Amino acid sequence: MEVVTFFAQVFDSTIRLSIPLLFACLAGLFSERAGVFDIGLEGKMLAAAFAGAAMAAVYGNPWLGLMAAIVVSTAFALVHGFASITNRGNQIVSGVAINFIAAGATVILGQAWFMQGGRTPSLTGDQRFTAITLPFASELRGVPIIGEIYSVVLSGHSILVYIAFFMVFFSWWVLFRTRFGLRLRAVGENPAAVDTAGISVAWLRYRAVICTGILCGFAGAYLSMSIGAGFVKDMTAGRGFIALAALIFAKWRPGPAMLACLLFGFLDAISIRLQGTPLPMVGRVPAQFLQALPYVLTVVLLAGFIGRAIPPRAGGVPYVKER
Amino acid sequence: MAIPHGKLPGWADYGLLPLINVIVAFSVSGLVVLLAGESPVRAASLLVEGAFGSGQNIAYTLYYATSFIFTGLAVAVAFHGGLFNIGGEGQAYVGGLGVALVCLWLDTLVPWWITFPVAILGAALAGAAWAFIPAILQAKRGSHVVITTIMFNFIAASLMVYLLVGPLKPAGQMAPQTRTFFEGGQLPKLNWMLEAFGFTIRSSPLNISFLLALVCAFLVWILIWRTRLGYEIRTQGHSPKAARYAGIGEARIVVITMLISGALAGMMALNPVMGDTNRLQLDFVTGAGFVGIAVALMGRSHPAGIVPAAILFGMLYQGGAEIAFMMPNISRDMIVIIQGLVILFAGALEHMFRPWLAAAFASVSPRSVGLGRTGREGA
Amino acid sequence: MVQAAIELVGINKSFGAVHANKDIDLKIEKGTIHGIIGENGAGKSTLMSILYGFYQADSGEIRVDGRPTTINSPDDAIKQGIGMVHQHFMLVQNFSVIENVILGAEGEALLKSSLAKARSELRRLEREYGLEVSADAIIEELPVGLQQRVEILKALYRGAEILILDEPTGVLTPAEADHLFRILAQLKEQGKTVVLITHKLREIMAITDNVSVMRQGQMVATRKTGETTVEELAELMVGRRVLLRVDKGEARPGEVRLSVRNLTVVDSRGVTVVNDVSFDVRGGEIVGIAGVAGNGQSQLLETISGIRQAKSGQVLLNGEPIDVTGNADPGELRDRGLAHVPEDRHYVGLVLPFEEYENSMLGYHDRDFYLRGPFLDIEAIRADARDKIEKYDIRPPNERLKTANFSGGNQQKIVLAREMEKDPNVLVVGQPTRGVDVGAIEFIHRRLIDMRDQGKAVLLVSVELDEIRALSDRILVMFDGRVVGERDSDADEGELGLLMAGVESREAAE
Repeated sequence: MEVVTFFAQVFDSTIRLSIPLLFACLAGLFSERAGVFDIGLEGKMLAAAFAGAAMAAVYGNPWLGLMAAIVVSTAFALVHGFASITNRGNQIVSGVAINFIAAGATVILGQAWFMQGGRTPSLTGDQRFTAITLPFASELRGVPIIGEIYSVVLSGHSILVYIAFFMVFFSWWVLFRTRFGLRLRAVGENPAAVDTAGISVAWLRYRAVICTGILCGFAGAYLSMSIGAGFVKDMTAGRGFIALAALIFAKWRPGPAMLACLLFGFLDAISIRLQGTPLPMVGRVPAQFLQALPYVLTVVLLAGFIGRAIPPRAGGVPYVKER
Repeated sequence: MAIPHGKLPGWADYGLLPLINVIVAFSVSGLVVLLAGESPVRAASLLVEGAFGSGQNIAYTLYYATSFIFTGLAVAVAFHGGLFNIGGEGQAYVGGLGVALVCLWLDTLVPWWITFPVAILGAALAGAAWAFIPAILQAKRGSHVVITTIMFNFIAASLMVYLLVGPLKPAGQMAPQTRTFFEGGQLPKLNWMLEAFGFTIRSSPLNISFLLALVCAFLVWILIWRTRLGYEIRTQGHSPKAARYAGIGEARIVVITMLISGALAGMMALNPVMGDTNRLQLDFVTGAGFVGIAVALMGRSHPAGIVPAAILFGMLYQGGAEIAFMMPNISRDMIVIIQGLVILFAGALEHMFRPWLAAAFASVSPRSVGLGRTGREGA
Repeated sequence: MVQAAIELVGINKSFGAVHANKDIDLKIEKGTIHGIIGENGAGKSTLMSILYGFYQADSGEIRVDGRPTTINSPDDAIKQGIGMVHQHFMLVQNFSVIENVILGAEGEALLKSSLAKARSELRRLEREYGLEVSADAIIEELPVGLQQRVEILKALYRGAEILILDEPTGVLTPAEADHLFRILAQLKEQGKTVVLITHKLREIMAITDNVSVMRQGQMVATRKTGETTVEELAELMVGRRVLLRVDKGEARPGEVRLSVRNLTVVDSRGVTVVNDVSFDVRGGEIVGIAGVAGNGQSQLLETISGIRQAKSGQVLLNGEPIDVTGNADPGELRDRGLAHVPEDRHYVGLVLPFEEYENSMLGYHDRDFYLRGPFLDIEAIRADARDKIEKYDIRPPNERLKTANFSGGNQQKIVLAREMEKDPNVLVVGQPTRGVDVGAIEFIHRRLIDMRDQGKAVLLVSVELDEIRALSDRILVMFDGRVVGERDSDADEGELGLLMAGVESREAAE
């Protein structure tokens, strides 16, 4: 039974750790599918985490915090949109800029407003998104395996976790079952086709980056108000880039994006669990190896050695009407 | 990369427009200071005071600038080849490994001036090696160097943590770092240089790698504008089609450019590792690799622009410490914002003011923007 | 009087200094197939782009079904019942046929019912016009002919009454083209109006009811197709121009310098762009390749000069083979005496942000003359550049000026000077005077003749028929990737025009 408990706990933390990746990854999905590359997921997530925690700390309501997170993250997304859609600037440069502005601004404003070295005050009780116990979770705890999975792995997460998984389905539905999604995917592949069909390329792309902003808002809110209790400097710790890696890994599709995020979350969870413990057969695996694995896997994928990740054809290229 | 909207006279294109962009970046930074409840004017004067107020401060400013010159040059060389190397951070980090291994090996055997050239080689080789895989993947498999270098930054971080908590840590020590280098692995300070100007300096980390950075800036200028290789790199960067026409092998140029870029980023490690702390520590790069992006954009990828831009950022780092001390609301993270804003306005939004500026010029003097002659020819 | 589906009145459009459309009047009758014919750059595509709302006219009026309208965007055009099949298809490659068809005309926010509706509508169109294509096929897996059919379906699905096709047969095989014409005939039968832009006379004669001819931005004539002849159209198209004369003596062809044998080139789309081409160029002669742009001349040039890979065939330079099917290196070909003035000087022949002197050695930058070890010998390079500036009268005479700031003619002289001064024995030239001012044209022509007289082999590609006729000692005509005829320099203009339009002999045109 110990093995089951061990894995139940690992899977439980896998879910917790993969949620911010999942939100951010879906965020990137909207933008990149529309042909706007975004390496600023990290920054938007960070800004959202700060805005959410600050709002929740002041007004004591996590939902207000979530709203603030979404608003701030979307504002950053619009800056990226302004630079890359309206001004046809370099999308990579713009993303890098946003990461820095967010990293600096969160700490400066945090220090100015809360005087705790750039942190926000710790959130307690219902200032955070608290865990939801699914019905019958405690009753089923005794049931071997299934009960354990239900009560430990599936139950006991905050509402944002369930929203994240719903978002996977929702994103798929939007992208593949709605008019907006059809146009969004088209504009990332061939903006000229969209233009000649009488649809505004710029407005469509702006709407895509707004979606990105909203989802990054969720990612940040989860970090500072659900898994964490307040904002800490640089609390995203590269998750925006892992999300980017997951997006590539998933070849820009929602379902596989979820699996990739769970995989990367699992690697993270297991590296925490396994610190110092030798594994059967392979012996001691350094935690750093597991931490680096998502990045290594992504590079291998990008190199085309295990299937090829082909980004949306118009990705990264500003649309200029041809003469 | 850029879409020209209108013709401007050269000095406006290379001088005025970038200046406007940087001024806007700093003005927005001032707004952030205001938001934090402090006076931007006072912050600015504290900044200048902190950066240049005493010999000590100047020495610190130049110490930071040293690192940024290296990383700025690294980014700039890649830009010239049409490549965006975001991996300077990781390459510098691994460069530190090269420095440390050389120092740990030689510091008890030979004086510093023998260790130094070997360490330069070690740093450059290690940095270049870390750029090699992204380079070869871009050249041979078309994997975008932006994404792979980002990934390699993280892989470098994991690798270095592994090495510093494991194999490189002396037995019986807690901190994740190497042992301290002996004299043969320590670079001499440059305090005498400033003292020659009449400053007094108690202690500062400014060391001889500052001079190396200046030499590198000069060498990069030579490379880019005075060698056949540099000519080929620029041709490839401006127009891959023209490079193909001229018989310049794309794969070869991509790899060589990235190796030079990685080597320059790796050499940044000499400054903090061999010049200051005298041991390899976790996270010693502290974002210098990324500052290089801002420095290169601001310096328009020219060494003559990069050195002043690096000193400006050195000033922000050093003066920022002063501000943080005097204004409790402002920490050194202010620099990160400024850096981001500079990248945004001098990079991604570099053409935002162009139409406006072109219109201004056209109304003042139509000839200066080429309206006196016939416009574009037919296609 | 048949009612006009479209009437254009006094349309003007300029791009900078180029007057692409001058006072265009055009009337297209309802229920007809109307051809618009003209050489490259005559302004056909610009005019149709204005009609489709992609550009706005500077002045003039558009009337649809007799009502004056404004068309400011493709959306407006679609609402007026105008559909367009672009030369480069506006399709999303990884979408299915049906997704491409409904894009922008989905109707509802959810796709399910739009798709269902589209499916039945597609079946109807399929029945009515014989436009068979599987609704769920992915575009990139379809042959080009079927992709074009999807473009037509897109327009019809949006209720187009007027269908504009821009050079629709350029990418089609003859069988596919015939099928397209049957579809167009069917459309006409159903009362649709078709506008066909082409440079191929055969197509005009085969299926149009009326034909309008454009030349240099102007509408020069409209005829009923049944009342005109290919000769008349060819002449209208080419015009009675002032004869371009270049003083030149008799050619004295020497030995074969460049020899092309059965060269076949396939582009990235899989279309055969150069098809089994063979010819020789001797020292001391200029061989001109005439043809309307897009008939494979560009690819032929690129292949010979080592930039593009061939599928099969052989090219011999001074009797020695060039590895055209493998990795030919343009640098090595230069060393072997082949100089190349590319068609696209902006992105291929020059690096525009470079200073003039830097471009004056592009491709020759590995010569010892310019180098001191790994370093550039800046003084030597600049002196050499100044030399060329003087010799070729490049203005302004400033080797430190950014290349982008020179005029078209002077930019071209920079390229010519570079390629001619290294004493090549074969010179391959593409569009030497495109976008070049009149004064420079004369100079450039003179230089090319001089090269010939020095015994060099010159291969000249130009879409300017006058230029080809004035300079060449022998003329080859390319059409659809093939060399369809060889003529002497004094060949009749009309005859060349017919060849360029794909009519191989006068009899075939009847």
